[in-house]
Amino acid sequence: MEKRQFRDYTISLYHQGFLDDQFTELKKLQDECSPDFVAEVVSLFFEDCEKLISNMARALDQTGNVDYKLVGSSVHQLKGSSSSVGAKRVKGLCVTLKECCDSQNYEGCVRCLQQVDIEYKSLKGKLQDLFNLEQQIVQAGGRIPQVDI
Amino acid sequence: MEVCNCIEPQWPADELLMKYQYISDFFIAIAYFSIPLELIYFVKKSAVFPYRWVLVQFGAFIVLCGATHLINLWTFTTHSRTVALVMTTAKVLTAVVSCATALMLVHIIPDLLSVKTREMFLKNKAAELDREMGLIRTQEETGRHVRMLTHEIRSTLDRHTILKTTLVELGRTLALEECALWMPTRTGLELQLSYTLRHQHPVEYTVPIQLPVINQVFGTSRAVKISPNSPVARLRPVSGKYMLGEVVAVRVPLLHLSNFQINDWPELTTKRYALMVLMLPSDSARQWHVHELELVEVVADQVAVALSHAAILEESMRARDLLMEQNVALDLARREAETAIRARNDFLAVMNHEMRTPMHAIIALSSLLQETELTPEQRLMVETILKSSNLLATLMNDVLDLSRLEDGSLQLELGTFNLHTLFREVLNLIKPIAVVKKLPITLNLAPDLPEFVVGDEKRLTQIILNIVGNAVKFSKQGSIYVTALVTKSGTRSPDFFVVPTGSHFYLRVKVKDSGAGINPQDIPKLFTKFAQTQSLATRSSGGSGLGLAISKRFVNLMEGNIWIESDGLGKGCMAIFDVKLGISEQSNESKQSGIPKVPATPQHANFTGLKVLVMDENGVSRMVTKGLLVHLGCEVTTVSSSEECLRVVSHEHKVVFMDICLPGVENYQISLRIHEKFTKQRHQRPLLVALTGNTDKSTKDKCMSFGLDGVLLKPVSLDNMRDVLSDLLEHRVLYEAM
Repeated sequence: MEKRQFRDYTISLYHQGFLDDQFTELKKLQDECSPDFVAEVVSLFFEDCEKLISNMARALDQTGNVDYKLVGSSVHQLKGSSSSVGAKRVKGLCVTLKECCDSQNYEGCVRCLQQVDIEYKSLKGKLQDLFNLEQQIVQAGGRIPQVDI
Repeated sequence: MEVCNCIEPQWPADELLMKYQYISDFFIAIAYFSIPLELIYFVKKSAVFPYRWVLVQFGAFIVLCGATHLINLWTFTTHSRTVALVMTTAKVLTAVVSCATALMLVHIIPDLLSVKTREMFLKNKAAELDREMGLIRTQEETGRHVRMLTHEIRSTLDRHTILKTTLVELGRTLALEECALWMPTRTGLELQLSYTLRHQHPVEYTVPIQLPVINQVFGTSRAVKISPNSPVARLRPVSGKYMLGEVVAVRVPLLHLSNFQINDWPELTTKRYALMVLMLPSDSARQWHVHELELVEVVADQVAVALSHAAILEESMRARDLLMEQNVALDLARREAETAIRARNDFLAVMNHEMRTPMHAIIALSSLLQETELTPEQRLMVETILKSSNLLATLMNDVLDLSRLEDGSLQLELGTFNLHTLFREVLNLIKPIAVVKKLPITLNLAPDLPEFVVGDEKRLTQIILNIVGNAVKFSKQGSIYVTALVTKSGTRSPDFFVVPTGSHFYLRVKVKDSGAGINPQDIPKLFTKFAQTQSLATRSSGGSGLGLAISKRFVNLMEGNIWIESDGLGKGCMAIFDVKLGISEQSNESKQSGIPKVPATPQHANFTGLKVLVMDENGVSRMVTKGLLVHLGCEVTTVSSSEECLRVVSHEHKVVFMDICLPGVENYQISLRIHEKFTKQRHQRPLLVALTGNTDKSTKDKCMSFGLDGVLLKPVSLDNMRDVLSDLLEHRVLYEAM
């Protein structure tokens, strides 16, 4: 039962655009040698997100003296990280944010950043749920089903 | 009185006669009786007498005759019948014996006579033998003398001793009064008295050589009797009372080395003779005997041989001394040369090390300095420093290489490498300069060019780099074409035939440029060291002029040939070289199979233990890339900056994945620096792959121009990475993963 739930949930995440193929690839890298690979990567990603977002927020707070270069590099990093992880929505938002930053659109940047913040937190929650489901299955003694998108 | 039958004259008147008869008979009887006694006596005394029984017979006969005459004594007077009877018996016996003896004597006397003749014969024979023995003895003595003389002469190799000994011995053997030797002078026109036995002679006493007597002696090999009054024989003041002894002269040929033909006996074609004059003692009635003359001739020959031996020995001794001297001199020269070479090698080794160390420091620190924050002027200065020190380092290497090449101590370091990749790498290195000068370089590799070859990769790179570099350097406009092919037939020089053997082939590389061209007369000078034929304008482009010379040496070491063709000034030129390379068996076969490779299923085996380096500033993507590679079985090292990357990268890493996310040239520098780092080393450079989010061509071009082997689009899927890795490792180049 949990397996079915797991599968459905995963599929929905993909459909909703939270995750993309890269996440699948990440899943492929998880094996006996590195059983928590995905979890590690994802947590690293979220940490990175937090750090970068706070950097950007701080930079944007300096009204009148915004260091767009810093914002630009941070968003670039975030874009890279999100694309590595497969966080599709986050990545899309980063692209938008980058554009705003390049054009030094203060309003746009702030708005985008807020969206990024919301988005990553939402993703974090969803992934957390997914991992909980996985744990349940594992504890029940089953195997995590392969989900083909 | 009875008439007696005895016949006896009864002459009483002749008493005297009877007396006389009586006495004669008596004496006859006595004689007859004494004869056998004498015979017996003397025969007994003599040792041999063959006919004893004849003696007996004769004795008997004599005795009987004696007896008869004795008995006759009684018949002078009247006598009785007994006496008559005895008388008759005696007479009868006597008659018988005498007849027998007479008969016997007929046989014996011839025998006795023949004995006599035999005796005569034997006596003659004995006399003859005596004579002969005398002769033999003389001869033997002569021989002994000659042997002794020869021995004396040959026991020394000193010319003077030989001649002196000859004279002395001859004098002794033949009991000569005087013995003299005349030698021809240097001019050959005179004979000079060189040696005498007894008398002191005045120095420089010469006689002209053309005297008839001398000619006579020189004309024959025999000893010739000459007159004691001839100039050669007149050695002492003549006094009247001397009756000069006989004089004999003989020629002594003076042989030269050139007289001895290889397979012939020495021919007496030389006209140089010495004259030996021998004088018997005066006032003696001695004559020259034949055997003495023979002895003299023999001695003369021996002397000639001995003299020539002495001369030959002298020559060879002289030659040997000369050779020994030369030997010593050569040995010394060799040792000096060795010392010089050793000194030079030591010097080179020291210079090598001592000069490279600061050089390295300068280059390394300048490179690092380049990485830091610099103002544009500072950057320019640092770049200049770097360029100059690189140039200096290259120059040093060139010089050191050349000197090692010169004395032949350079050996090729053979290894297997990818020929195609080599060309691409070289072009990559040249590309920046060519791009700046707007000179497109085109590489054309022949389809049958083997991919994996055995050869000295580093040196081949050097050669190609040098040639192509020259092409770029000396072209102001136009384009450069680099062609590589396998050559089969003979090349320009007819004595250099190129035959691809089983596991070798000849690579021909042609580099055509459309630059300044070269005057055909200058072409031979190109390959000489330090010669620069260009005008001042082009001279400023730098270089020591060693490049081509070194390239030529390397090409020669690779059993190849290099030359330059040019149609003249302004018409560009083409540099061509052939080198011999070995074909590596591995992996060329897979290339030749036209079947497209089936992507293999889990190729974990291929990558197990493969050491890779991942450079990414972004922690997440770094982790993801690492995970990807670890999943594939690689041993991954991660670095987060280019400095760290440079520090950490080593020859153990086969691939370096670098994240090129930021635009700008700085990121690509790392690639160049890695190239640099590894050209100096012997090891193979790791493959450089860029991970980027950009897909456009400009990024790809940029990557290529900075010497990257491949570009990957992020994010990379597992399958993608797997394919990419296997492709990379097989071909060492990857531009298709876009």
